[in-house]
This record gives sequence, C-alpha cells and structure tokens, in this order.
Amino acid sequence: MPLRIIPRLDIKAPNLVKGVRLEGLRVMGKPEEFALRYFEQGADELYYQDIVASLYGRSNIIDLIKETAGRIFVPLTVGGGIRTHADIQQILRAGADKVCINTAAALRPEFITEAAKSFGTQCIVVGIETIRQTDGKWKAFTDNGREHTGLDAYDWAMRAVDLGCGELLLTSVDREGTNKGFELEFVAKIAKQVPVPVVAHGGAGSLEDIAAVAKLGVDGVAIASMLHYNRTTVNDIKQYLGSQGVEVRA
Amino acid sequence: MSVKVAVVDYGLGNLHSVVKALAHAGADVIVAEHGSQLVGVDKIVLPGVGAFSDGMAGLTKAGHVEPLKAAAAAGVPMLGICLGAQLMLGHSEEFGSTAGLGIIPGKVVKIPSDGIKVPHVGWAQLAPRQEQVWQSGALRKTAPHTWAYFVHSYHMIPDDVRDHAATVQSGAHQITAAVARGNITGFQFHPEKSGQSGLDMLSAFLFDS
Repeated sequence: MPLRIIPRLDIKAPNLVKGVRLEGLRVMGKPEEFALRYFEQGADELYYQDIVASLYGRSNIIDLIKETAGRIFVPLTVGGGIRTHADIQQILRAGADKVCINTAAALRPEFITEAAKSFGTQCIVVGIETIRQTDGKWKAFTDNGREHTGLDAYDWAMRAVDLGCGELLLTSVDREGTNKGFELEFVAKIAKQVPVPVVAHGGAGSLEDIAAVAKLGVDGVAIASMLHYNRTTVNDIKQYLGSQGVEVRA
Repeated sequence: MSVKVAVVDYGLGNLHSVVKALAHAGADVIVAEHGSQLVGVDKIVLPGVGAFSDGMAGLTKAGHVEPLKAAAAAGVPMLGICLGAQLMLGHSEEFGSTAGLGIIPGKVVKIPSDGIKVPHVGWAQLAPRQEQVWQSGALRKTAPHTWAYFVHSYHMIPDDVRDHAATVQSGAHQITAAVARGNITGFQFHPEKSGQSGLDMLSAFLFDS
C-alpha cells in the first residue's frame, strides 16, 4: 500500500493550534479551512487531536467533525479524551472513520479489546506518546506528554497490538514541533515487529526527514508544522517521496 | 438537470459522508428511511458498513427489500457501496449463509487471508477486470489504476464473470473492487472516502449512467 500522508490538526475548539513538544500552543486559525486545503492538496487521511478533551474530560470536537466530514472526502481519524464506548460511537457517528485512544487504554488496557470487538479492529488506533530517556530507552506518556504511565513504550506498543488495536500512532513528544526529524530508532523497532499499520508522528522538519522515516517501512506519516506554517504542501511531499522511490497515492 | 437520488437508510453505519459526497457531486439527495421513499426517484444509492446479516435484517425491517428489487428490475440506476454492494448479491458466507437481494447473481466470501492482512484497509489501485463492463458503468470516466479507499473483510464473487468490473491486487490475490450488471453497480471501496477520484465516480453515476 502507498505511504499515507496525514496532516495532523491539533484542535483547541474552535481553533487549530500548534505547539512545541505538545505545549506552548499557538492559535493558527480555523481548522476547517486548513482541513479543506489539505484535502485539496491530496492528503490521504486527516487526523484531529482534541488537545483539551483529555485534560477536562469533555469533547467539543463533535461539531467540528460533523462540519468537516461533509467536506473532506478522505478518511478522518480523531483522538483526544476518548474514554468510553459511547465516546467512540459519538465520534464515528459524527463522520470520523477511526478513533485514536491513548490515556484510556493506558489506564485500562482491556478497553482496546472491547472497542475493537464493538467497532472493528480497523477503526481502533492506539496512540503511543514517547519520550526518550537518558538510558536510551523510551517511556510511554499520556495527556499530550504530561503524564508518565510507568510503562516502557516498546512493551506497551506490543501489548496494544496483542490486545487487538488496528493501527499504532507513534508520537515522539520530545521531537514534536521541533523540526529536528523523526524518532527513527524507536519507529524502526516497532515497524519491523508489528503486523498492524504504523503511523509516525513528531519532528518532521524537511522533506528529507519524511523520506527517512518512510524508508523504515511505516504506513503513514503525520505532519503538522511543516504544513500549517506553509513550508510545504502535501503535493510537494508526495512529489519528493515519489522521486525517492517511495510509493504514494497520486 | 436535477437528479433526485435516494440514499437507503436501514440503520447500519453512518450515512453522513455518503449523503454529503453525493450533494457535493451535485445530486438532490433524500435519505430514505422506508422503502416507500424509493419510488419515483431517479437513482438509488445503497451504502452500509457492518455485518451482512444485520444489513439484510435492517433492509427487511425498513421495508426496503421489495422496492429495491422492483427498482432494479425497472432499470433505475443503482449504486451499492461496501456492504451495500455486497447485499445486492445472492448470498453471503458471513456467519453461515445469508440470502441477499439477488439483484446480481453471485456470492460474498471472506477475503483469502493467506499472506495478506484482513480486514483489508487502505488505498489500492483499481484494475479493470472486464473492460466493457468498466466502460459501460459508473467507472467509465475513471482511469485504470485510480486509487480507491477500502475497508472490508469479505468480497464479492459474481457468478457471471461478465459482471466483474474491477479488481485490486492484494498479495497474491485479486480482490473484487467493483461489479456491474446493466443498471446496477457495486463498489467494494468507498467513493465518498476516495478523494477527488471518488467524487468523480459519484458524479459519473449521477450524470452519465
């Protein structure tokens, strides 16, 4: 399958925001306008992260999903603050195709299995937020990198797959928004091991960075700053990847 | 020219994206919650996500089965999407055997899982199976190898190979991507999630078939 280019929109309703290491959020504009622009540029999927929901337990993103799902004719994945069966149902009914679970899964891993049974493995993504430690290992975090789970990120990712998730979203908290390039070592370790699709997120600063992570065998790449700040377009990313021998959807 | 299209609602899955995509392509869309609303429309779209037996039960409960068969026989252009396409075949092997609408002779079987991932999820390129079927239906304006978005564990096997419009390659297997027979077209993929190419296919169904 072709490598999916997935613009990632962090939402603090009603705004699109962007931070560095998931903090210091800056208001960028209306998410629906950015989403439409990325759809028109040929995005293969869009990703919305409700960055408030997880802290306050209340999702304001439903109206935004309804509004954009009617204009964006590619799959939409939504994450942030999803804790219950009812949360998932509400988000899918609003027009999303997949949900991404992180905090709730870390607190109660069986939630992954239950959700996959109810809604199908294909629509349950588990988000793994990692921070590289001084000993060279990666720890798993939740709540946009604020809370440490005590879990080793590699072990947790493997467990999430065993529990039945249909996809992994790997976010490098310490690289996110920094433009320093992806966390290649961790991504490579996971992508080689798991039978489900893997999406890499956090750190894309250049077309070369994207090509480097693409060559590790990931299925998707989530990109925020480079697109939001207009440093590149989805078209340009795909053209570059194509020239580097990476299969993309034309 | 206004084209009135009924989207069949039988309680399974989310119609929102299909309705919006058809409206975007220029249709005058009604959501038909009962079979009586399928009478007198120009075209019918049968969407759906979920299990085959639940789908047939939902169609039956909403009184859609006979109006759908009648419309098919009367030549009303009809497009099935994903589960909706599968429901148009004779029967499915999902959970034993369940009878379908039988508008296109054939069966629905599990995707061969040796060496490939099931469910089959993601973008894949359409390849014509029967050139003349591809050319005559909703795919007419679609270039071969156009990308489409799939999410499914079962696929369609029409009895008559002439009804087999398109396939996608998955591992060593060819999976059915589209069937077509006269006024009836079935897409295994989701045109409403397949970007501009998908919108173009819906437009072709609405205005050129």
